[in-house]
Amino acid sequence: MTQIDETDQAILRHLARDATLSAAAIGRSLGIAQPAIWRRIRRLTDAGVLAGRRVVLDNAALGFGVTVFLGIRLATKGRTSLEDFERAVTAIPEVQVVQHVLGQFDYRLRITARDISDFERILRRRIMTLPGVGQVEANVMLSEERRPGPLGQDKAG
Amino acid sequence: MPDPTDRRILRQLLADPEAPAAELAARAGVTPASLWRRLEKLRASGVLKAIEQRIDWRALGWEVEVSLRFTLDKTEPRAFDEFLAAARRVPEVTEIQTFLGSVDLRLSVIARDMAHWQSVYRERILTLPHVADSDALMLVSTIKDSTEVSL
Repeated sequence: MTQIDETDQAILRHLARDATLSAAAIGRSLGIAQPAIWRRIRRLTDAGVLAGRRVVLDNAALGFGVTVFLGIRLATKGRTSLEDFERAVTAIPEVQVVQHVLGQFDYRLRITARDISDFERILRRRIMTLPGVGQVEANVMLSEERRPGPLGQDKAG
Repeated sequence: MPDPTDRRILRQLLADPEAPAAELAARAGVTPASLWRRLEKLRASGVLKAIEQRIDWRALGWEVEVSLRFTLDKTEPRAFDEFLAAARRVPEVTEIQTFLGSVDLRLSVIARDMAHWQSVYRERILTLPHVADSDALMLVSTIKDSTEVSL
């Protein structure tokens, strides 16, 4: 586990908002010399803390107006059925997120569709036909916000 | 509205967000200057909302992630606003979504370990206002996590 200090946290807060910021720009914002920022980013990268970039688009503006979260319970369980299900579900292009969970459901999925009828097509033709699929619960997303989490808030000003 | 060239650029960006700009321009069949101009325009119009850095919380010692789903007491008209305001003050919350369906809201909450999860749950989650019902899904593993759409 990597220990981080307040400066690392501030760097992560900047990058979490905009991964394309240069070390120089972050340095200017924090009042720290660029090489020091660069060394810290290098260390966080080597420790696996920076886990790639996430491109966030306005899906509605691009014709994908509907995002649905699905909870799926498998009808049959066992190692092979999990593997078969995971292989098939990750291959569906409209499925953005697949997580194996413990609780009322076995998997949670995030799906983007053009509209409700497009979602219905995906649900019927692609999800309900997945190997081992049992109970399915769908909730249509209305709004979303990502929080900085335990990185804390920027100091005022 | 994004034109076919914009869509080509976004498709390449989604497929490989780490690619250097020159590489991305070549793949999308535009000059680096044109790529830069178009990305700036897509940002300004809000189509490209952000290129965020993903943080691996487990690498920082946050081993537990839970998806908490809530239904609220809708007899209270300010239930959503007050719940959201309170949830935003919980530092362990990393995502908030609202829904139309049997679930009203979802929070992603992280904790260092199970003992820490228990204290976060008791002190910060059970105290959230206007909750009629809730359930928890504990994350075992993330098999796919992308923001791709078929452009």
